[in-house]
Amino acid sequence: MESTAHKSLSTEPEEGAQGNFLNRRKFFKILGGGLAVLFVSDDVLSFASPNLNYPIPENQIGAWVHIGADGIVTVFTGKTEVGQNIRTSLAQVVADELRIPMSSINLVMADTDLVPNDFGTVGSRSTPQMGTQLRKASAAAREELISMAAARWNSDSSAMIAQGGFITDPATKKKLSYGQLTTGKQLLIPISDKTKLTPVSSGKLTGTSVKKVNIKSFLTGDHKYVSDLKVDGMLYGKILRPPAYKSELMDADTAAASVIPGVTVVKDGNFIGVTAKDPWTAARAIKVIHANWKTSPQKSKADLFEHLKNTGEGGRNSGKEGDISRGLAEADYKHQSVYQIDYIAHVPLEPRAAIASWDQGKLTVYTGTQRPFGVRDTLAGLFKIPKEIVRVIVPDTGSAYGGKHSAEAAEEAAKLSKAVGKPVKLVWTREEEFTWAYFRPAGVIEVNSGVKKDGTITAWDFHNYNSGPAAIATPYSVSNQQNIFHPSDTPLKQGSYRGLASTANVFARESHIADLARMVKMDQLEFRLRNLTEPRFKAVLEAAAKAFGWATRKKLPGRGFGIATGFDKGGYVAACAEVEVSGNQVKIHHITEAFECGAIINPAHLHNQIMGSIVQGLGGALFESVDFAAGKILNPSISAYRVPRFSDLPQIEIIMIDRNDLPSAGAGEAPIIGVAPAIRNAILDATGIGLRNLPLVPGGILS
Amino acid sequence: MILKVNGKSTKVDAGPDSDLLTVLREELDLTGTKYGCGEAACGACMVLIDGTATPSCITRINSLDGKSIETIEGLEKNGKLHKVQEAFLETDPFQCSYCASGMIMSAIALLSQHSDPTEPQIIEMMNRNICRCGTYANIIKAIKLAAIS
Repeated sequence: MESTAHKSLSTEPEEGAQGNFLNRRKFFKILGGGLAVLFVSDDVLSFASPNLNYPIPENQIGAWVHIGADGIVTVFTGKTEVGQNIRTSLAQVVADELRIPMSSINLVMADTDLVPNDFGTVGSRSTPQMGTQLRKASAAAREELISMAAARWNSDSSAMIAQGGFITDPATKKKLSYGQLTTGKQLLIPISDKTKLTPVSSGKLTGTSVKKVNIKSFLTGDHKYVSDLKVDGMLYGKILRPPAYKSELMDADTAAASVIPGVTVVKDGNFIGVTAKDPWTAARAIKVIHANWKTSPQKSKADLFEHLKNTGEGGRNSGKEGDISRGLAEADYKHQSVYQIDYIAHVPLEPRAAIASWDQGKLTVYTGTQRPFGVRDTLAGLFKIPKEIVRVIVPDTGSAYGGKHSAEAAEEAAKLSKAVGKPVKLVWTREEEFTWAYFRPAGVIEVNSGVKKDGTITAWDFHNYNSGPAAIATPYSVSNQQNIFHPSDTPLKQGSYRGLASTANVFARESHIADLARMVKMDQLEFRLRNLTEPRFKAVLEAAAKAFGWATRKKLPGRGFGIATGFDKGGYVAACAEVEVSGNQVKIHHITEAFECGAIINPAHLHNQIMGSIVQGLGGALFESVDFAAGKILNPSISAYRVPRFSDLPQIEIIMIDRNDLPSAGAGEAPIIGVAPAIRNAILDATGIGLRNLPLVPGGILS
Repeated sequence: MILKVNGKSTKVDAGPDSDLLTVLREELDLTGTKYGCGEAACGACMVLIDGTATPSCITRINSLDGKSIETIEGLEKNGKLHKVQEAFLETDPFQCSYCASGMIMSAIALLSQHSDPTEPQIIEMMNRNICRCGTYANIIKAIKLAAIS
């Protein structure tokens, strides 16, 4: 890959004219010399021809790989580690392409001053996008090192071997380390998806269960989450919370707080916070503030579903075909039902936390977020300062599940810090995390369908109010169908969640499909296979059914079997569940899940993601539900909001289908979507009761 | 007052009704013990007090006179991990790992009561600890490995 492109970068624009542009000088000022490969957009690469001297806009870079004179490989990525073990799987990819041990790789993640802006760790895109970009960048770096060695020895580059951090010429036995080759150099190579790379043989590490790279630090307590960090001169912050959402501060008496030694009260409109030298004092100061709030009437959980339905807008149609009324007229059986999905909370075990400090107008914030650049931009907007003087740093974080996209704690800490002129640390309590973050959307889903006696689905009219459009299109062949998402007014603040809308859409669809199969007295698996065309669906369904023993499994009295399938964000999933219903108690005995998301990079960590999704999915399926009234959350604690525990664990069997002929898709979301409908359908099988609401058994009681 | 933490007697300035979790984290800089709920419902703050797994978030330090407190930081001795840590290292069970310290402390207490625990015993003793990432089956594997090592 001898590219001339990097030479074009050697002429730099004037200092001060760089703006957001990254040139060689700026780059190597950060890194020291060496060889760096930047993954850029195709547009930029086409500009970077030998005749042009364009620097690269920073927002066009996806990833960097840098090989220093010491041979250490540093990877820069905007991805955040929130437990998905992406730090490990990305290092595996780079190690393979550069033919070096994992220990030679340092991943710099999610520091907005150092890493490219790749728009966050969202939507299960880290592995498919970042993994691919880093693979290509690393392969390009390897090829460049080979070219450099070959040029130095006047040898044929095709005969060179890269291994263990060295380039070797097998004919002459000459050998140079990567560091020796890059010493004194400042080479910057832009590549893009269009760059042709030498095909590589399959990796040694990719596809194997390499351990979490920094595992020991988590087992000894050494790892510093944001809530563990301290910086010099730091004060502790605490915020005065209103009694309900949409409250307006009328007046506040802060005198008793202000006289506590070391306490500063910060007031700004509706915002009141304090800082103190320790967290006890900050908490005590907040308690002695007397504030009067004006609250306003708000919808309660009892009104929720009617409200979502009534405020639903026209919406967007995904996959309209044929004529619904004609399809219903052709049907032997018609089926109409309404499904209701509660708000649920993410409950990341580490609540939101931030440490903010201002230095000569520049703001630095440590916080746990999946969107470091999004938080940077929010902070820049809040304080009306350029983005370039805001730095957001995200240490490996205590989980998120889509729940840490926003900047609340960072904004609050930064406000306090600005007011007191010192660094401020703010750690949310569990109650604050339950109340002042955001929830997975609630939703109402109406399905109207028709089916012929032979199992042909003739009509499918699907309307989702509020929970979102993901995975709304039916994968089943129906000649008359429409699938419409209607946005509604949401009483609670809602946002991203692991498989947020697909969980709701797949639950409604797979529940409804189960009912149709029963109407035509057809086996659940057979009915699905008959109406699905995509072979990847069939593969997961058949794999799950086979492992579960769908056709042969012995059914004890009181027990039922259920099956469900779905697709989201590149992953295909099928789940089988065995439940036992005795009286109004439901026990989940067994879940078998087959999952396929293309090529597997780290089998153990993929297995862990699937298992985690199943266990988390059990909570949303069975009992998790946010209760609220008059702008207050009524169950804002772990004792009041039940999440799955050891004792909820059924037997779990996971089948991972490795399609190494396909690119890897994300695995953090799709494995959650089949759990609820598989359980619902198993309860149906056991009792004849077709539940329609999530959670299925709130309070643990089947009603 | 004086607290005996990880074998060392240490004077702390915090008031006697302060909770142990905050004292460990903020005054003694032992941040391996985590805050998760503040109501002894999640197990992230579990420490050993005279060998018993105890949620530090609801434990007042004035109840700890003369008692021996062990935290995750005290397990590694002379550069050698505790056998439970070794088993967790070998099993690689976690995702975000925020629950790890509490899980390990609870597992040590479990194994001191039942050196070869049955699965129901594991579930009963570990049920106070939440792993929101849902890695329970892996954690059970790690505990079983620790039991035989």
